[in-house]
Amino acid sequence: MSALHQATLAELGDLIARREVSAVELTRHFLDRISALDAQLNSFITVLPERALAQAKAADARLARGEGGPLTGLPIAHKDIFCARDTRTTCASRMLEGFVAPYDATVVQRLDAAGVVTLGKTNMDEFAMGSSNETSFFGPVRNPWDTARVPGGSSGGSAAAVAAGLAPAGTGTDTGGSIRQPAALTGLTGLKPTYGRVSRWGMIAFASSLDQAGTLTRSAEDAALLLAAMAGFDAKDSTSVEAAVPDYAAALNAAPEKLRIGVPKEFFDEGLAPDVASCVREALAEYERAGATLVEIELPNLHLSVPTYYVVAPAEASSNLSRFDGVRFGHRAADPADLLDLYERSRGEGFGAEVKRRILTGTYVLSAGYYDAYYLKAQQVRQLITNDFARAFESVDLIMGPTTPTPAFELGAKTADPVQMYLNDIYTIGVNLAGLPGISVPCGQIDGLPVGLQIVAPHFGEAPLLAAAHRYQQATDWHRRWPAGWA
Amino acid sequence: MSLSHDDVRKIARLARLNVSDAEVAEVADKLSSILGMVGQLQATNTAGVAPMAHPLDAAQRLRPDEVTESDARDAYQANAPQVENGLYLVPRVIE
Repeated sequence: MSALHQATLAELGDLIARREVSAVELTRHFLDRISALDAQLNSFITVLPERALAQAKAADARLARGEGGPLTGLPIAHKDIFCARDTRTTCASRMLEGFVAPYDATVVQRLDAAGVVTLGKTNMDEFAMGSSNETSFFGPVRNPWDTARVPGGSSGGSAAAVAAGLAPAGTGTDTGGSIRQPAALTGLTGLKPTYGRVSRWGMIAFASSLDQAGTLTRSAEDAALLLAAMAGFDAKDSTSVEAAVPDYAAALNAAPEKLRIGVPKEFFDEGLAPDVASCVREALAEYERAGATLVEIELPNLHLSVPTYYVVAPAEASSNLSRFDGVRFGHRAADPADLLDLYERSRGEGFGAEVKRRILTGTYVLSAGYYDAYYLKAQQVRQLITNDFARAFESVDLIMGPTTPTPAFELGAKTADPVQMYLNDIYTIGVNLAGLPGISVPCGQIDGLPVGLQIVAPHFGEAPLLAAAHRYQQATDWHRRWPAGWA
Repeated sequence: MSLSHDDVRKIARLARLNVSDAEVAEVADKLSSILGMVGQLQATNTAGVAPMAHPLDAAQRLRPDEVTESDARDAYQANAPQVENGLYLVPRVIE
């Protein structure tokens, strides 16, 4: 048995069920680690010791009554994009520095109801816009595998916290790769469910046709445990899907022997670092040894996913972020001359540089005279990309390839050129555009830095996706590797 | 695709977003670079392709027109920068 902070949720759940550790002891263990170690990572924006210990006590009482579920008493960290009642919720922006959420996000409410303990709210790229966690108003997050490097983004705080054993698991959101990419860069399992599978209610909106909540965990089994509690129809989210939630934990061991795996040649293009390609090829070989068949497939429009995304996502962001007006909530500039000055300066001061770029890009592509050339065109190309995936899934069960083109890069390496930063998400963005579920699982290391294998399933294929990831994790131990200095 | 400083000021005005004189050159440069990358889309043949607005091709769900929310004005206004007697305060709009 590994130390408490190295254990999976499933292992901690067993310890709790056998009364070998209490929820309060477990919560204290992680709160102590956060206060001792997080100065090196900056992975939390707000730590919630009182709330966490109150929840842990309630969980212990519930367990004593024999009313606990599989998650009761297990601590996790929430990305600071999820509203939690009476708790500061900042989205890592100066705009929301003092915002105290008046209600719970559905994700928070459902996990609370399952008896989960919230350790705190994790750092992220401002408004989830970034791929390195360097755009946060509260400063960058560092990667525990090498603190000179980024943890990825935008869910970089949850990723760093889980990778360093400051929390057993964390929530995240994934609009263009913001769960899978940091999971790959920190050696975690990162699940982005099908669009509409998990409610967006109370999750601060970035690009509403792409945003989806998911998990950063140590294993596919843990992702299944959390997803079971998070998923399902919510009338408060107008794009929540009315579909039954399968028993993900039960499906973990139901991977078919004769899995057909599509390997897109576009995922192994000249932009992919050769040593990352080797790690991914080795993972594919492992599946082959387990009886799977590899099928080379084509996604001919995939190379257009980054430009498509950088029209669609900023367009939606410019609309969503218009709610921050300096009047009803959020930052307000001092001494406004008039209403226009109030709007312009409150927003100019409240938003950071990357958020401003996206609002301006979105405003431009939606403006009179440019809408057809940019936004309509991007929506059409989005359909072509989605058609490519649909055609591929006619002949394969899952698609696999790399999650990112390189392992974690150094802080500051890509901040000067936004387009270079955007290309980090070249293998993940298409999955969001098509609304598909995807997962990143650790599949190797290069010079001590983790590499991720991305697995993609058809819509609502989370069960076979998790089963395939779980099978790989039964045969390998990349997901149990631990960064030096954090044991 | 290259945006002038005046283009940036016009877009910023539309977005109700202050871009200072010190920022405008860098913003013009970076937006031009982003729009250059996005320009790859123009070469794609999309004749006859219906624009995609939703990943699952679903229609907007409707609910019965019933009251579902209770009054939470005090809770919401606790986050407001400036309120008075339950009203949000803004600079004078009509002289």
